[in-house]
Amino acid sequence: MKLHELSLKEQLNGLKEGSFSSTELTQHYLDRISSFDKSLNSFITVTEELALEQAKESDKRYKSNKALPLDGIPIAHKDIFCTEDILTTCGSKMLSNFKAPYSSTVVNNLSSDGVVVLGKTNMDEFAMGSSNETSFFGPVKNPWNKEYVPGGSSGGSAACVSAQLASAATATDTGGSIRQPAALCGLTGIKPTYGRVSRYGMIAFASSLDQGGVLARSAEDSAILLESMSGHDPKDSTSLNEDVPNFLGNIDSPIKGMKIGLPKEFFEKDLPNHVESSTKEAIETYKNLGAEIHEISLPNVDLSLPVYYIIAPAECSANLSRYDGVRYGYRCEDPKDIEDLYMRTREEGFGSEVKRRILIGTYALSAGYYDAYYLKAQKCRRLVANDFTEAFKSVDLILSPTTPDTSFKAGEKSDDPIEMYLQDIFTIPANLAGLPGISFPCGNHEGLPLGVQLVGNSLKEAQLFQAAHQFQEATDWHKNLPEVK
Amino acid sequence: MTVFNESWEAVIGLEIHVQLATNSKLFSGASTNFGALPNTQACNIDLAMPGVLPVLNEEVLKMAVKLGKALNANINSPTSFARKNYFYPDLPKGYQISQMDKPIVEDGFLDIELEDGSSKRIGITRAHLEEDAGKSLHEDFEGKSGIDLNRSGTPLIEIVSEPEINSPEEAVAYLKSIHSIIRYLEISDGNMAEGSMRCDANVSVRKVGSEELGTRTETKNVNSFRFVEKAIQYEIERQISEIESGNTITQETRLYDSQVNTTRPMRTKEYANDYRYFPEPDLLPVVLEDSFIEKTLEQMPEMPNEKKLRFVNEYDLSEYDASLLAADRDLANYFEEVTGESKSAKLSANWIMGELSAELNKENLHILNSKISAKQLGQLINRIEDSTISGKIAKDVFEKMWSSGNEVDDIIEKEGMQQVTDLSEIESMVSKVIDENPDQLKQYLSGKDRLFGFFVGQVMKESQGKANPAQVNEILKEKLKE
Repeated sequence: MKLHELSLKEQLNGLKEGSFSSTELTQHYLDRISSFDKSLNSFITVTEELALEQAKESDKRYKSNKALPLDGIPIAHKDIFCTEDILTTCGSKMLSNFKAPYSSTVVNNLSSDGVVVLGKTNMDEFAMGSSNETSFFGPVKNPWNKEYVPGGSSGGSAACVSAQLASAATATDTGGSIRQPAALCGLTGIKPTYGRVSRYGMIAFASSLDQGGVLARSAEDSAILLESMSGHDPKDSTSLNEDVPNFLGNIDSPIKGMKIGLPKEFFEKDLPNHVESSTKEAIETYKNLGAEIHEISLPNVDLSLPVYYIIAPAECSANLSRYDGVRYGYRCEDPKDIEDLYMRTREEGFGSEVKRRILIGTYALSAGYYDAYYLKAQKCRRLVANDFTEAFKSVDLILSPTTPDTSFKAGEKSDDPIEMYLQDIFTIPANLAGLPGISFPCGNHEGLPLGVQLVGNSLKEAQLFQAAHQFQEATDWHKNLPEVK
Repeated sequence: MTVFNESWEAVIGLEIHVQLATNSKLFSGASTNFGALPNTQACNIDLAMPGVLPVLNEEVLKMAVKLGKALNANINSPTSFARKNYFYPDLPKGYQISQMDKPIVEDGFLDIELEDGSSKRIGITRAHLEEDAGKSLHEDFEGKSGIDLNRSGTPLIEIVSEPEINSPEEAVAYLKSIHSIIRYLEISDGNMAEGSMRCDANVSVRKVGSEELGTRTETKNVNSFRFVEKAIQYEIERQISEIESGNTITQETRLYDSQVNTTRPMRTKEYANDYRYFPEPDLLPVVLEDSFIEKTLEQMPEMPNEKKLRFVNEYDLSEYDASLLAADRDLANYFEEVTGESKSAKLSANWIMGELSAELNKENLHILNSKISAKQLGQLINRIEDSTISGKIAKDVFEKMWSSGNEVDDIIEKEGMQQVTDLSEIESMVSKVIDENPDQLKQYLSGKDRLFGFFVGQVMKESQGKANPAQVNEILKEKLKE
């Protein structure tokens, strides 16, 4: 078996047993990146030198029996996580020259557990997009079919893991940016409970919704990586002061008796046959594993999309104000005064989707509109969250398709923002409610993967991993990987 | 009380920004020391680097709770933060973290004392926490501006009064009272020249008896007590004369120019109208536990009004003296130290507010930098009390102490300034004076009683001021009878 075909867990075992070194593994991935990534465009920066240096250190630790929990595993970071002295662009021209002066907590947590950093992955500009077509660094291709998009905004992370150019990758999810690309690229992706993973050093899009997570090839691999990333961080005031359990702890326990809810509002939607049938098949698998299936209702869940498209732009409109050309990042040529500096820097430095959202957000917060938009959206957000609280009184997990369909062709939706926003219709509610959600492969239609999503109650990541792992023990969808040429 | 045209009344509300004296900034660990080289005290958070997050400095909560108590106000729990959005080069995030809906301090009042001795209650609407901006430096840069972000993120508390102030004098009394409170609480040095206390005045005028408020202006950039008084005075007069000449007042922000003592409108570009406030998603609402508040309040010092009352009761001082001494915590401490040494509160108060204050004012020194320590002044008063020196000689001794820093007893001894209390010595001086002034004696004996003072004066002169005046009086009376 080739090294890139091994799962993260198998690679860890191989390193421990000395079957191969981290240097070999890292070099193997670097070679694959240089062979295949030109056409995929999943990396913005490849940190070859750093990776080989880290791999060497890791090999030393294995030799001296001082190996760290994730020692020597080559991963990639979404280019939204600040990495000290390394280009951190957030997919934007605005930060196309920005080397971060510090590392994010996520990067530090993983580094202190011994991972090797292969590079920084492509993404929709400032994480705004569902197809990875808004990146200043060009679109990312779906490894299953290069005419199709990998999803977004964590499209680079998804494509590189799916193409086996990295063992796993970090990612972020504000409205579905981990789970949707996971579904479209045939991966397992988890967005944990809001506050589980520190946001310090993770460039903000919408602060109350953003959450870091993982894209990997299985629930088990995701659990291993997420455990290392998670934990209370005093540098993030919204970080939860909760112990991180062993996410692998009960991954092997049967899920007999586990109650899975199917929100009727989601299943009443007019879904394509292949989505409906693969989701039904997943439900059958769970029945066979002994889970109890219940129909439930999330009566306000249809408010999610409009609520999200007020709150996220409102927060982003303030979060992106700092990109003014004064201290770092892109600055326009020869500004004639401060007004001109602001206007042209932002006009030239931001792409159109980012500008669209800044404008929507600024409008929603303006005097005279605040009550009608932002305040009302916050109230509706509470209603959506309350629906989940009610639902979790009777079920353990909530199942739905992850996306309305399989991947779509590049350019197909890029001129229709509403059509693009509908990509996240099943994923956004979990962000509004701050709940953990996991997407994993459950089918394939015409050569493109399909995903199913489970949403759990607050802090119940372990239960999500258990349910997803049990599914993956019973099925082979997650083992299906594209052949990259 | 300033009298304008009698038919007009001024309505004034003050917004006072107080820089809180924390070691580190409101939301970052960077130092807050004043006067460091530009941009040496700005960390990644103060620079608004991508990805950074604010973490609240808990020290400010304690300070705000104490201030709330001193302002007789409610402490809100939970209290929450909001973003105030505007673009300016010295505001790195493009928004200021402030408070909107749930300010930490709300609904209080302050009783201020007016010059005529009466007191007036001024309502406090709110006091909220916010971060300071950096500074734009326009000099020294040809065609450009420099930005110093050292001040960026320094904690401020903004105290907003109700529009219940009606004259420049009341405004200053209120401002001084706030100044005294923040100094007492040691939450700020209140230095207006350095900008650690800044005052914006909202001023409008209306016809006496009118219920409706006039259009107000906000005057900024007033950086001393005196300028606050003058700026408000100017603004009231300007508004009255505008209205009386048939014009209307524009609601606007104005800058005070102390050089020419006028206010002028700020360019409209210098401030934005719509700050698009919304709850700060990076900070959770802060819950102040009862135990936290109680523990904080245990550290409350005695406040100016309480101290004043105690001075009246405990030391039998007049209300006026007590209130002057209590206004400054350091002065009050000095007074109590002097009194502790001398056991005479009245003399201590007189000396502090007389001789000592005069010297301090002359050299523009704060009481903490007095050249005579409280103990030394107490000892001087003791020498008056035990008749070693007279009150008059004491003034000379005081001056010598001030200029030399030497101890009281050393000066008295070295300069031979002890009071003469030896009866026989005084007797001989009295005899000498009587002998040398036969004409005056004759007149005195013929009924010109007023000349008694002349003889006292001559004896004191003979003794170079050192004779005990009471003894001189007594002996002189007897001798003149003979």
